[in-house]
Amino acid sequence: MRLKRGVLRRRGLVPMAHMIRLESVSEAGTGAMTMPQMNMVQAITDGLRHAMKRDERVVILGEDVGKVGGVFRVTQGLYEEFGDERVIDTPLSEGGIMGCAIGMALHGLVPIPEIQFADFIYPAYDQIVSELAKLRYRSGGEYSAKVVIRTPIGGGIRGGLYHSQSPESLFIHVAGLKVVCPSNPADAKGLLLAAIRDPDPVLFFEPKRIYRAARGEVPEGEITMELGKAAVAREGAHVTVIAWGAMLYEAFAAADEASKKGVECEVIDLRTLWPVDIDTIVASVKKTGRVVVVHEAPKTCGFGAELVALINEKAFLHLEAPPVRVTGFDSPFPYTLENDYLPLAHRILPAVLRTAQF
Amino acid sequence: MPQPTTPSHDSQSEAKPAAASPTPTPGTSTAPSQLGPETRPSGELDHLAFLYRQMLLIRRIEEECARAYAEGKIGGFLHLYIGQEAVGVGAVAALKPEDYVITTYRDHGIALAKGMPARAIMAELFGKATGCSKGLGGSMHMFDREHNMLGGYGIVGGHIPLAAGVAFASKYRGDGKVTLCFFGEGAVSIGGFHEGLSLAALWKLPIVFICENNEYSMGTPLSRSMSVEDVTTKALGYGIDRDRFFASDVLEVEQRIAEAVQRAREQSLPTLVEIRTYRFRGHSMSDPAKYRTQAELEEQKKKDPMHRARARLSAGGYAETRLKALEEDVETEVADAVKFANESPEPDASLLEETTYSGPFAY
Repeated sequence: MRLKRGVLRRRGLVPMAHMIRLESVSEAGTGAMTMPQMNMVQAITDGLRHAMKRDERVVILGEDVGKVGGVFRVTQGLYEEFGDERVIDTPLSEGGIMGCAIGMALHGLVPIPEIQFADFIYPAYDQIVSELAKLRYRSGGEYSAKVVIRTPIGGGIRGGLYHSQSPESLFIHVAGLKVVCPSNPADAKGLLLAAIRDPDPVLFFEPKRIYRAARGEVPEGEITMELGKAAVAREGAHVTVIAWGAMLYEAFAAADEASKKGVECEVIDLRTLWPVDIDTIVASVKKTGRVVVVHEAPKTCGFGAELVALINEKAFLHLEAPPVRVTGFDSPFPYTLENDYLPLAHRILPAVLRTAQF
Repeated sequence: MPQPTTPSHDSQSEAKPAAASPTPTPGTSTAPSQLGPETRPSGELDHLAFLYRQMLLIRRIEEECARAYAEGKIGGFLHLYIGQEAVGVGAVAALKPEDYVITTYRDHGIALAKGMPARAIMAELFGKATGCSKGLGGSMHMFDREHNMLGGYGIVGGHIPLAAGVAFASKYRGDGKVTLCFFGEGAVSIGGFHEGLSLAALWKLPIVFICENNEYSMGTPLSRSMSVEDVTTKALGYGIDRDRFFASDVLEVEQRIAEAVQRAREQSLPTLVEIRTYRFRGHSMSDPAKYRTQAELEEQKKKDPMHRARARLSAGGYAETRLKALEEDVETEVADAVKFANESPEPDASLLEETTYSGPFAY
């Protein structure tokens, strides 16, 4: 049966945060009744505010991040609370923003540059690849640059070619960087704080499709999460589905439909893309023997390719079917054909069923 | 009577048009130094002797680098500073020890001027574990936290916005430090230069941008790589102060940079300074420099600022025996650095993992 896309698309945006297990929460955050409900934007703002309150070295810089509060309003209110020295409006100058952030970090600040859309990060790519990622190594550990780069990623807002891309694999490929992509508000805050604590530079990709659609309880104050830990977001015995960010909800929707046909999916939310939690993946694949990887980025040399290679290396004899990738196409991100391009549930489900029946 | 140096000027209120900017020819100072030997007290002669020693140390270390490169002890790319020593030595002399320096891939000389030990530099060039970057970087990677040397950078112009960030942090922390950022005229056409100057100007950062104009961007002369001859005209667009002169006299370099450093420290304002200089060697060791004539090179060598400093010391009454002792001291230091580099161990492959991330490899 071919599923109707529209139905699944709407279902895909049902808040699922309650299904995600937090690694652990602070004392203050354990009382479920007192936890505020937040969307992704509010949770990230809350994380930024918390980080800035506890550490004067934390500064935010980027285009429109100050008085405007960012184009997605993620930094709203921070300029008023912390002033223009700590929430810094910049010119349209991604290379300058990134280089400047690296220099700030060299002199002991903890800068959090915002790149307005991940699609605009390419002018800063040289700075990230040539300087940020390599500083620790090429100075023999004498210096390093603790920079957390926040940027909205992915499609789903009819943004077209230049406001929809998912360039995560371009950064995973670069040694020296860590890459995070949360799927729900509590993780977004927890992983952001973990990224700020981490001594290495981190790319923090925020899935803009679920900025306001994903809602859930978010612990107040500090959240202690670790980078590099995936979550088994749904348990199942037949097929492992690996996803992250906004596509997690498409994986859930496909899993719901597959379940009706007797196929139970184990859905893994990677949360941190690099360093990848290969142990959680391998444990699941050893159980199911079947795996489907889902991502928005184009297929060729996408992160799915690396995941499949790792699974082949570490769990080859446990596989019962060829690993399958459900991804964006090897084309520019389309404007009119967005819902054909994205690996939504209507494309994930047939892949899951084929894999289950292989 | 010595002429006063041309004051640097505020481009917003009283900027000179580009045409009025000095149009120097290499080796001819547009603003002869006031610091003639006949007027200098002996204390300042001692200071000049210190600067001469630094220039000589750089020259001799660089000559040994060339020799080691020919012997295969230094691999990859090697960009020598020979001929340009007065720029780095004079400029860094205008700083306090705690000020920051950040520069390009032609970085050994400036690292020495900033006080980094010759041993750590030579060992890094040899790729030895005792090098300043554990032998992992090599020629273009001179870092030293103790001396606030923020490194050499191999991507042309890439470090200029970094320098702005360092200066931002100084201003944010109120630590009174000044950042000196060196680059070549080849960097002036790349985006990083403009983005760095734009932010430093916008945020009024305590920084001095020093363009070491050695006339050739690798092998292409300035006249074929830039639409204007005066690099400092770029400062006008950003509304920052500028200065421009020849590095024929190390004391003049120090004095002119000191003015910009003072502006940075006291008023938190950036300055763009163009210092005309000349490299006696090719762009790198693999460059035979056929794009210029031997006659041009010989003419430049006659104006060598290092020799000029020595002559001034002699003329000022600095005893020849003291000069000889100073020079022997340099030879000893250079020989010690080479011996140290030769005898040091190579880095262990385990360093690849230890220094890429803060912990072990990702998986």
